[in-house]
Amino acid sequence: MNKPALVLAALLLIPLLSFAETAQEKGLRISKKSKSVDVGWKDQTAIYKMVLSDRYGRKTTRAMHNRQMEIRNDGDKSIIVFDTPRDIKGTAFLSHTHINKPDDQWLYLKSLRRVKRISSNNKSGSFMGSEFSYEDISSFEVDKYKHKFLRDGKADGRDCYVVELIPTYNYSGYTKQLVWIDKKIWRPIKMDYYDRKDSHLKTLMFLGYKKYFKTFYRPDEMKMINHQTGKKTSLLWSEYKFGNNFTKSDFDVNALKRAR
Amino acid sequence: MKNEFSLNKLLLLFLFFVLFWAPYIQAKKSKSGFEFNSKIGFETRLFQDSALDSRQHGNNLSIWFETEIFKEWKNKKLSLTITPFFRIDENDKERTHGDLRDFMLHKTSRKWELKIGIGKVFWGVTESQHLVDIINQTDSVESTDGEDKLGQPMVHLILKPQASTIDLFILPYFRERTFAGLNGRLRSNAYVDTDLTQYESSKKEKQIDYAFRWSRTIKIWDIGLSYFSGTSRSPNFIPTVNGAGDNVLIPRYELIDQTGLDLQATIGKWLWKLEAIKRRSNSASYSALTTGFEYTLSGFRKSKADLGLLVEYLYDDRENPALTPFDNDVLLASRVAFNDPASSELLFGFIIDLNNEEKAYFFEFSRRLKQSFKLSIEGRFSSNTKPTSVLYSQRNNNYVQLELVKYF
Repeated sequence: MNKPALVLAALLLIPLLSFAETAQEKGLRISKKSKSVDVGWKDQTAIYKMVLSDRYGRKTTRAMHNRQMEIRNDGDKSIIVFDTPRDIKGTAFLSHTHINKPDDQWLYLKSLRRVKRISSNNKSGSFMGSEFSYEDISSFEVDKYKHKFLRDGKADGRDCYVVELIPTYNYSGYTKQLVWIDKKIWRPIKMDYYDRKDSHLKTLMFLGYKKYFKTFYRPDEMKMINHQTGKKTSLLWSEYKFGNNFTKSDFDVNALKRAR
Repeated sequence: MKNEFSLNKLLLLFLFFVLFWAPYIQAKKSKSGFEFNSKIGFETRLFQDSALDSRQHGNNLSIWFETEIFKEWKNKKLSLTITPFFRIDENDKERTHGDLRDFMLHKTSRKWELKIGIGKVFWGVTESQHLVDIINQTDSVESTDGEDKLGQPMVHLILKPQASTIDLFILPYFRERTFAGLNGRLRSNAYVDTDLTQYESSKKEKQIDYAFRWSRTIKIWDIGLSYFSGTSRSPNFIPTVNGAGDNVLIPRYELIDQTGLDLQATIGKWLWKLEAIKRRSNSASYSALTTGFEYTLSGFRKSKADLGLLVEYLYDDRENPALTPFDNDVLLASRVAFNDPASSELLFGFIIDLNNEEKAYFFEFSRRLKQSFKLSIEGRFSSNTKPTSVLYSQRNNNYVQLELVKYF
């Protein structure tokens, strides 16, 4: 081959090379796309039940409702109010999540009328005795992880991309998470959580996605299984409502005291 | 004579409540738009020793109920909360008492909130004592931890300039502290005779008090600055002999000005806390503070439990054990939240006086039973109490309390 032909061949190859993304780039692209299809919902309210099952299938149920507000370029704000069991009715939890610094969290103890700022470094701690930890219910932000595309795969009968997420924030209980992103609706269908010893700890399934507000997919059920203890927690969602016109003042300490 | 009820009549009333009122409100709930939340508690206290005064009771039974009635209007911008409370005690006529915990109309707007009526307000961050918290009177016959409060009449305006909160209070009526009576157990040797109450203010309980608080969250800091002017919630005591020939204490409520600071820094697993007050009255001025930390380890030893460690230092510059038990003391305590389906919780520890080595131990355990019951067990013990100290009269009052609460 003569020299000009070699140059020509090299020039032809450049665009091909630039399209061959690395697994990291592809993973990041999928995560960004997944986040972007869920941008712009502004705020929402919902009611949910938390069903805890032990390894023998014995169940306990909790009911709660929440409100959330989307914050662009930072984590979301949310308030969760407990409805049952009745001894914790009126207890409320305020969370301001952040991308690159610890979340701010407050708890309202209704019988004492006391608001308590609590430590948010319990990311791996159990949320209300469930199999969900605080970091599992925190909003998904792209910058909180390193991303890597692993393979194509199936979850719940759907075609998915499988992406590895490695938490970059402090105090995570996980070395990595594998997420199955649906190729059509770009929402997570399944997550596998690996504990600090890198052994498979939990699996979360998102079931019964429905479209709200013409654009936004929300699941009817989020089912978490702890493989190491055999315990399960299901979150059963209902009455999603969008367009509540919330402002930041609906997510401050005064709003927490009024929340019911 | 106060509270001269017959116990049988009260028990009948209570039975009536359980049989008729509870099902009635349950049925009413959905129709009227009123929300009802009720609790009934059954409590027994078991004492280790016999009482110092033979007229004081031994082991004791008590029952109580509380209903919260709530309604809101106008897209949740206006609400009314009414919370009557009632307790019937087997032996102590002063502990058999009722109170309106709330009767509060609450108007909310984006920039301000207005609350008019009777209600409860909490200020502060520490656990061992609540120095800064001053709006409500303590319902001290309820429990010895000082966390039960009487409903306070108030006009409360909340302003929210930028990221701050300003609370303004007009408190038009003073509530007297409750005290165990002649037959009550958790009292000083000379009991407090509330028929002889004295006030510094000539308007007595009609003296109007004022209070103000500014608070703000700045990053890791939660800051509160407060000021109170009016009748002190904690009385001084004057020993005397009453008409019945008993040695009693007269509660005397002074006029005070109190400035308070509460501060918390939330840094990782640490909550660093400080509460400090400066109180001035015609008889004396003093400062006091509580400071320390709470450290929480979550997922303790592979379990779901959270283990918390609490250390607080308590100081009062009067350094007089006859006036305050917490003049130079340290709290060491641990809180375990088991994070199980029954929400089991255990708090235990002690407070030691660094000056005279008195110790007060405590434990509190609670868990849910079924979906709507809660069982609590708590114990309070003192040791090494000194004759010069306010705790000395409690030396025979070590007790364990069992309480079962039904929620509906």
